[in-house]
Amino acid sequence: MLEVEGIHTYYGLSHILFGVSLNVPKGKIVCLLGRNGAAKSTPMRSIMGLPPPKQGTIRFKGKTIKGKKPYQLARQGMGYVPDNRRVFADLTVGDNLEISERKVGAAQTWTKESVYDFFPALGHIDSRKAGFLSGGEQQMLTIARALMTNPEFLLLDEPTEGLAPLIVEVLEKQISKFRDKGLTVLLAEQNQKVALGLSDEGYVIDNGVIRYHGTIEDLRENEEVRKKYLLV
Amino acid sequence: MDFVQTITLSALCSHLLVGLSRAMILFVVTSGMSFVLGVLRVPNVAHGSLYMIGAFAAFSISNLFGGGSTGFWLALILSPFVVALVSLIAERSLFCHLYEREHLMLLLFTFALMLILGDLVKMVWGADYRSIMAPEYFRGSVTLFDAPFPRYNLFLLVMGPLVAVGLWLFSNKTKIGKIARAAAVDREMVGAIGINVSWVFAFAFVLGCFLAGLGGALVAPTVSITIGMDHDIIIEAFLIVTIGGLGNMWGAMVGSLIFGITQSFGILFLPQFAIVFPYLAVVIILIWRPTGILKSVW
Repeated sequence: MLEVEGIHTYYGLSHILFGVSLNVPKGKIVCLLGRNGAAKSTPMRSIMGLPPPKQGTIRFKGKTIKGKKPYQLARQGMGYVPDNRRVFADLTVGDNLEISERKVGAAQTWTKESVYDFFPALGHIDSRKAGFLSGGEQQMLTIARALMTNPEFLLLDEPTEGLAPLIVEVLEKQISKFRDKGLTVLLAEQNQKVALGLSDEGYVIDNGVIRYHGTIEDLRENEEVRKKYLLV
Repeated sequence: MDFVQTITLSALCSHLLVGLSRAMILFVVTSGMSFVLGVLRVPNVAHGSLYMIGAFAAFSISNLFGGGSTGFWLALILSPFVVALVSLIAERSLFCHLYEREHLMLLLFTFALMLILGDLVKMVWGADYRSIMAPEYFRGSVTLFDAPFPRYNLFLLVMGPLVAVGLWLFSNKTKIGKIARAAAVDREMVGAIGINVSWVFAFAFVLGCFLAGLGGALVAPTVSITIGMDHDIIIEAFLIVTIGGLGNMWGAMVGSLIFGITQSFGILFLPQFAIVFPYLAVVIILIWRPTGILKSVW
């Protein structure tokens, strides 16, 4: 579904990613693990073109997407959930979802109703302004907003960051259902328990370089890598 | 104390109405400017030029259709679209490449555009004074509070709230309006949900300029249409959106009311210093609330 090959990304003059390569097969959940500040979010942003990499190639569904604008990627089926939520605070929950709705013909999977079935808590606060929601509600809304674009592939950037354990549990349960719904996911996480519980494969990133890649079982057993790069 | 004794309740009410009708013209123009400031973050100095083009276009369209009632209404309806077309060309060819630039650059660019548009108006319409007549039923005056009040100003008092309600409905009840509000806060995320922000900006810009054109067409029967009317309005417009709260539509309404009413009461109380009153109000408000009376979106 997604192949990233040797990308180098810069923020202004700062070189952040150094030849990062990733492969996310269709229908799988792949996690990108790393410590705080290891540059987990940058590959996610870079894939979405925020900002695009200066070197390297990114292929999505077999086609190169380098140079495409974020709205073009979203229309091709790429959903993005940023780490800092970024809900449209001045709009209501319903409006946030309404403006994100992208119809994909008869095969449309996600509608406002189905999103509310998926996250019942949001259904009860449809008319509340997004700026007045709790952290957990905002996170649900950010994921729901991405789902409304009817993506085939979802970039989930630290969805559990800063949330209460009870909310983390709810989100974990819902994210695990994405696989059954045919969604492919690249999940950037600092929370190992969540990432290892949800994913099929894992990458470990540190200082903008991929240090390890393997199945989740291998990663679980590789204590050396986890100690060295994830501070276990 | 003579001047105080001559101020009657009737004069107060009459000047209040005159101030309100002036405020409505200012609101129509500044609501467009505020919308552009809020969504695009562009301080558009050329907004006044578009207002002037609206007034000149109203003159030409009214003449084209032989003046009278038909000419007036067609001018009022069509001139904002003429301005919208001019602004669409300017947006697609120039503005859309410059949104990411810093505000100083945008100020300089729109200032240059104001000078260019001013010269273009001079080339197309000449430097003579022009005027258009309101329809028969808007001429003359009615007696309100024992004082004559121009009928056309009553029409302006209706148009201001109509524009306000229309703009509110657009922003809050339509999908494109909601997208524009979202883009005002986080344009990057609007792109990430599959919306082409560039066209949202084009639409917001054209809508803002449409309102400038409507303001120009509305004011045309009450003033001499001439070169330089852009300079007069732009300073007032910037002060109004600043005291109201940058990018806030209701702020533009509050600012316009303050400006219009203080100007009108200034004429009543101290005619020789009338021009000072609105600016004094601006100074007091900015000392009291430096970011404007209502919430600024900047």
